[in-house]
Amino acid sequence: MNTAININVEPEVVLAARNIAKSYGNTHALKGVNFDIYRGSVTTLFGENGAGKSTLMKILSGVISPTSGKIILDGQPINFASPSESRDLGISIIHQELSLAPNLSVRDNIFMGREIMTATGVNFSEEERQTRELMKELEEDIDPLTPVEDLRLGQQQIVEIARALSVNARILIMDEPTSALSASEVEVLFKIIRDLTSRGVSIVYISHHLEEALQITDHAVVLRDGTMTAYAERQDIDLEWIVRHMVGEGFDLGSPPAGYDFGKTSLSIKSLCIPDQSGNDFNVVDELSLDVREGEVVCLYGLMGSGRTELMECIAGRLKPSCGTIVLHEHDISKLTIAQRIDAGLVLVPEDRQRDGLVQTMSVGKNLSLASISAFTSKLLTSTKAEQSLIDRMIKDVTVKTASDTAEIGSLSGGNQQKVVIGKMLATNPKVILLDEPSRGIDIGAKAEVFKLLAERARAGLSVIYSTSEVGECLSIAHRIIVLSKGRIAGEFNSSASKEAIMAASGESVAH
Amino acid sequence: MSVSSPTMTIQPMEKHRTKLNFARILLEGRAFFALVAIIISFSLLSPNYFTVNNFLIMSSHVAIFGLLAIGMLMVILNGGIDLSVGSTLGLCGVFAGFLMQGVESETLGVIFYPPVWAVVLLTCALGAFIGTINGVLIACFRVPAFVATLGTLYVARGVALLMTNGLTYNKLAGATELGNTGFDWLGFNRLGGIPIGVIILLTVAIITGLVLSRSAFGRWLYASGGNARAADLSGVPTMKVQISVYIISGICAAIAGLVLSSQLTSAGPTAGTTYELTAIAAVVIGGAALTGGRGTVKGTLLGAFVIGYLSDGLVIIGVSAYWQTVFTGAVIVLAVLLNSLQYGGRNKRT
Repeated sequence: MNTAININVEPEVVLAARNIAKSYGNTHALKGVNFDIYRGSVTTLFGENGAGKSTLMKILSGVISPTSGKIILDGQPINFASPSESRDLGISIIHQELSLAPNLSVRDNIFMGREIMTATGVNFSEEERQTRELMKELEEDIDPLTPVEDLRLGQQQIVEIARALSVNARILIMDEPTSALSASEVEVLFKIIRDLTSRGVSIVYISHHLEEALQITDHAVVLRDGTMTAYAERQDIDLEWIVRHMVGEGFDLGSPPAGYDFGKTSLSIKSLCIPDQSGNDFNVVDELSLDVREGEVVCLYGLMGSGRTELMECIAGRLKPSCGTIVLHEHDISKLTIAQRIDAGLVLVPEDRQRDGLVQTMSVGKNLSLASISAFTSKLLTSTKAEQSLIDRMIKDVTVKTASDTAEIGSLSGGNQQKVVIGKMLATNPKVILLDEPSRGIDIGAKAEVFKLLAERARAGLSVIYSTSEVGECLSIAHRIIVLSKGRIAGEFNSSASKEAIMAASGESVAH
Repeated sequence: MSVSSPTMTIQPMEKHRTKLNFARILLEGRAFFALVAIIISFSLLSPNYFTVNNFLIMSSHVAIFGLLAIGMLMVILNGGIDLSVGSTLGLCGVFAGFLMQGVESETLGVIFYPPVWAVVLLTCALGAFIGTINGVLIACFRVPAFVATLGTLYVARGVALLMTNGLTYNKLAGATELGNTGFDWLGFNRLGGIPIGVIILLTVAIITGLVLSRSAFGRWLYASGGNARAADLSGVPTMKVQISVYIISGICAAIAGLVLSSQLTSAGPTAGTTYELTAIAAVVIGGAALTGGRGTVKGTLLGAFVIGYLSDGLVIIGVSAYWQTVFTGAVIVLAVLLNSLQYGGRNKRT
């Protein structure tokens, strides 16, 4: 399944990864990855969310250390103790999540941790001059003394790039550098990348914008579920090749449950607007209407910032809409609290299970029963017996692999943790379940189990709405695929649609 | 979880822990073993320590801290902190004293002498009121708990000083002809040989223990303290829970104020100064995590007894009060160190 890899490192290879593995407890983020970065070329890493791209980049830049495996720089095995050590060796990284201090100025951010010192303190004027030069090079009109928090996201991204450039790195890692950039800014960035490679700098590039990445890359590495699945040079590949290796073949996530008719409309959303949560004057979800019927499985596909998370959180009651109604079985639930919506039969499985899904201090069993406490509470006290039978039933229903129900939730693998979060919500006997990226960060086997579970429930009349940013998952169990882009429905497909058509509708492959 | 009185056997291990080794037992039952060690050491050092009467006297001292600590436990389980309990104790004591002196109504020209049960209820209501202010500031207005309760610490203390003009109410016994006798019953009387204060502490502890382990509210509290966002999305009324814990803490402080002023038969405006720190120390020694979500009433009670028996023991063997402070501090640091050993290895998943 993969191209032969040289164990001996060629002289043209600046940086090589050999058998890099990284585990977090029972979660294996990387399972032995090999690849080479050539001098003066762009190597792009392709992969879905959770494939291990960001973990790999963090290892290469010394932010985290691998569980096993070697990093070879210029033919010498190296161990980074810290990001500053890797920076001293000429490796610089632009993080996916901006790592700027918003309260500091552009100049201070660019020179953070390596201030230009003189005998009397920091040489601010020299720092400012260099910052100005960098900004000129990047064709961006940003004053070096502006606080970063006053810049819009795209400009902050430029500052992040400028910081990485300012250290004169030999290897520059860019993790989704264009996600917040406008088309013209992307052009400038690509010009700079070409300029850098002609000077011998090696670039490692990660992007979800596949076509965009194809424009700039020289080599392509595809990761899936922590292993490298393909490696090729630019002239040998096309978009279809990348998607095929990213999504994988031969593993079926299931097909839409069939052989029954949908029931009545269970959830009806009418012209829903959700204002931007950071106070900007636009709607992240704009006049969106959607009807879902009993037994129907609907997939919401969209990129980061398409509004799918906000849409789900609003339906579940965490965010307040600025207009529109949400009707569940002919009852308007727009004004209800989260608890009342759960009682009414509408539940959400949140995107980030560590932050929003699990109570880490509680056992597996208590996490499972958390949303249905009222079901086993009579008068004042809870019934231990009723709770135990509910927990046992849910562990069986959602097939959680755990030593016992009193085990700590942190001892479970990512996939089983996710099943606990889903089981917790299913225990309330919902009529509609919303799942925000239910497959995020879990391995392919667990993914299939989660989807099978949802398909079974749908057959019994549950309305399932799940979101994903992995196109392969849209086509697995969904009866209907809704593509979201900039808070609006950009397309509607059935399960026989092609991946390319869905991606095109979301704006993913049309970067310009 | 079962609530046990400190004189009963404590099970430091839970049934499901299969891989129990000696170190683990020592670590999990550390507050219990510390208490045993304290009792043995002082019994060897002083013949007066290991007597029933001394234990009862020490326990009635512990009752004050114990009541504050149980309220504090509820707040800490929620991931908060309540610095105002010492001042609330002082203000409630003064308020009770004020009511016992009689409330003069100028328009009617008479002085009301509320009966003791009414004094107790009104004082608890005052404690609940102070707790409500804390809770609303923290839950509704998003004031950090540390700052909000630091503010009420000052305000409550100031009000207590204003009410008494810095003096102390002394005549708390009441008079038969006024129908308000019996206030000293709380602090002085014994039921079956056990001081009333200790019985109140154990009653509050058992009720709280039941609430924490067997009621929906208890589950909500552990969940919202462990992860408020997840609890919220699971339908837990996190804001109500947050306000409630500060109200409970205020009521516990009011009860402690009543017991203390009854024990002293006087109510001074400076009573309870720095007691909030002792209460926090008891909760921490009892194994609760300051980040919320972990802790038990049993542990907190043990923590309160560790502090109380240690400082009284040092008095009995004649160690200087300055050394007592040093010892108490060392015990607290040791307890926190062990807490981070117990919880440090967990939840490192990213």
